[in-house]
Amino acid sequence: MSRSPLVAEQFEELEQQHLADQFGMWIFLATEVMFFGGLFTCYTVYRFLSPEVFAHASHHLGLVLGGINTGVLLCSSLTMALALRSIQLGRRGATIWLLLATCIFGIAFLGIKGYEYHEKYVEHLIPGSRFHYDGPSPNRAQMFFWLYFAMTGLHGLHVLIGVCVLSTVAILVARRRIRQENYMAVEVAGLYWHFVDIVWVFLYPLLYLAGARG
Amino acid sequence: MSKTESYLDESSLQSWLLTTDHKRIGLLYLFTILVFFFIAAVAALLMRLNLLSPHGWIVNADTYNKLFTLHGVLMVWFFLIPSIPAVLGNFVLPLMLGARDVAFPRLNLMSWYIFISGGLLALWALIHGGVDTGWTFYTPYSSTYSNTHVITMAMGVFIAGFSSIITGLNFIVTIHKLRAPGLTWTRLPLFVWSMYATSLILVLATPVLAITLGLISLERFWGVGVFDPRLGGDPVLFQHLFWFYSHPAVYIMILPGMGVISELIPCFSRKQIFGYKWVAASSLAIAILGFVVWGHHMFVASQSVYAGIVFSFLSFLVSVPSGIKVFNWTATLRKGSITFETPMLYALGFIGLFTVGGLTGLFLAALAADVHLTDTYFVIAHFHYIMVGGMVMGFMGGLHYWWPKISGRMYPEFAGKMAAIITYVGFNLAFFPQFILGFMGMPRRYHDYPPEFQWLNVLSTAGVSILGVGYLLPLLYFLWSTKWGERASANPWRATGLEWQAASPPPKHNFPVVPRVTKPPYTYQAEQDQFTPQSELAHV
Repeated sequence: MSRSPLVAEQFEELEQQHLADQFGMWIFLATEVMFFGGLFTCYTVYRFLSPEVFAHASHHLGLVLGGINTGVLLCSSLTMALALRSIQLGRRGATIWLLLATCIFGIAFLGIKGYEYHEKYVEHLIPGSRFHYDGPSPNRAQMFFWLYFAMTGLHGLHVLIGVCVLSTVAILVARRRIRQENYMAVEVAGLYWHFVDIVWVFLYPLLYLAGARG
Repeated sequence: MSKTESYLDESSLQSWLLTTDHKRIGLLYLFTILVFFFIAAVAALLMRLNLLSPHGWIVNADTYNKLFTLHGVLMVWFFLIPSIPAVLGNFVLPLMLGARDVAFPRLNLMSWYIFISGGLLALWALIHGGVDTGWTFYTPYSSTYSNTHVITMAMGVFIAGFSSIITGLNFIVTIHKLRAPGLTWTRLPLFVWSMYATSLILVLATPVLAITLGLISLERFWGVGVFDPRLGGDPVLFQHLFWFYSHPAVYIMILPGMGVISELIPCFSRKQIFGYKWVAASSLAIAILGFVVWGHHMFVASQSVYAGIVFSFLSFLVSVPSGIKVFNWTATLRKGSITFETPMLYALGFIGLFTVGGLTGLFLAALAADVHLTDTYFVIAHFHYIMVGGMVMGFMGGLHYWWPKISGRMYPEFAGKMAAIITYVGFNLAFFPQFILGFMGMPRRYHDYPPEFQWLNVLSTAGVSILGVGYLLPLLYFLWSTKWGERASANPWRATGLEWQAASPPPKHNFPVVPRVTKPPYTYQAEQDQFTPQSELAHV
């Protein structure tokens, strides 16, 4: 039996290696769920303790920009899914372009997020000594904004890492290091990207839609 | 006969620092954690010497606070948690599965570098003045008041946590995907089951610790944060998040030890393990229950009484799978053909000390008793009986048992037995008086105490010095044996596991051909003095 050069020494065959890679990524995502879970727990506790303050403070977040960003990330997941499909079909060029499109969506998301942060800076809504808030219970509202920055900041970091990973994958596809037979690298990176996307799907309603807007 | 190929053949520094061989990575971890163990042990010794006198005569109160913080942080995160999983687990697990390596060898090496980085950061915090919060980093002291290097130390632990996560992930995938043909789930050695349970905790609990320490660091850095009472934040939330990790982490510090003992007891009593499936399932049960008992650390921390009742009940439940293990080991011994080699002495010591540690855990799980015992030396004695009496005894037992496989040499048996007995005596003398001290009301973490407690403290310090000898001896004779020890055969203990089918020390890829497993583990027949290995593998 001749071994394919794609199979690492600890595996018997490519199939086994693919399953191991995929399974490893799922377990990694489980750790990520627990990682974000700590922050979501904090959010839940404090929102439960002061729901009105959270509702009021959430009105200071830009619904439009947040909504656009949600759309941007959803589109990036579509291009990611298409990229996986095309590498499985062996369409190298399409894969590269779709991966790059995914990266561009990710960068656009970060750009819009950065603009929102800048707005908060101008409005003195960044927690700390310069924090200024006119609504009820400014201290509790500061907690809301602290959680907002912690949660979206950690998420943004994950988007940034995702962009780096996907651009690396794109380069490896371009150099034919990742091909149709070992498409699993694309699938694993894609799993990570979809996870990051899904975290945002939870963050957006929790932070932006915490209070009914009249 | 030509010399057989061994994983130790290459000796250049580069071949060690860039290795992806699970056996070498296990050894890298071994050397690293020994350094941390030594530093943390010196801290403990200084504390014990200081407690010889009721008024503290060596260090002042501030230094004492830094010493117990250092001891706790290093022992928990930089010695105990990686001890059996990262050293013995890395070395033995793929061998037991009949695999050439773990599923992700490069990640495995990366985990060691991450561990080293975290450790260096913690040492940096130590050299620049230390941390005085205790290993638990309780808020608001850690976030607002302490003026020591909390951020650096917390980041050190944060980073080391990722090495735990990677190790756990690697083990889970390896156990699922790299078992040799015929090695079904019910044929897995019990050490593998305990590693699986441990890995589940590593993977699911460590991220919560990471985010919690991250939040503390941000809070100190920024001046505001989620645990900040000025913002309506609740410092007790920190305790919830911290113990959500750290209680399961306590089981990271005992389950692997239980796994080692489950290997040793059948081998040295030449008996099939009693109730294989129950022992395997009890590992998983302990891991799962471990996630729902964290509130028992907070009975006196303004937790609601109803939560207290539930957490108390759940904590009592943990004793069921723990009891199953102890009873099954004992039943395995019955009518066995028992021999008292060094690993077996450690295993028997483990059973005794773990039983004491486990039973005193029930005192602490009882709500009313805990109000009296919280934050006293009773707690200290209880968890040292589990972590040192349990885990470290298991680690030492495992290290002696697999030493022939690791080094290709036998350790000197008489010295080994002496060390095991000295450790057992010294340990009991060091920690049993602390149960009495705690019951009489001596609180933990104080550097002075009323004079009537002195004689018990002197006994404890005397015990620690004996314990120290028990730990130094193995260090010396293990080193001695690498050069002058008798050469070990492939299977010196006549044991059944796959790891004993490989040469001692094994070649880089462990087995010349992939073993085919035909038998369950622990097929020992005491009466006929026979045993059947798990696979029939022709030796080359």
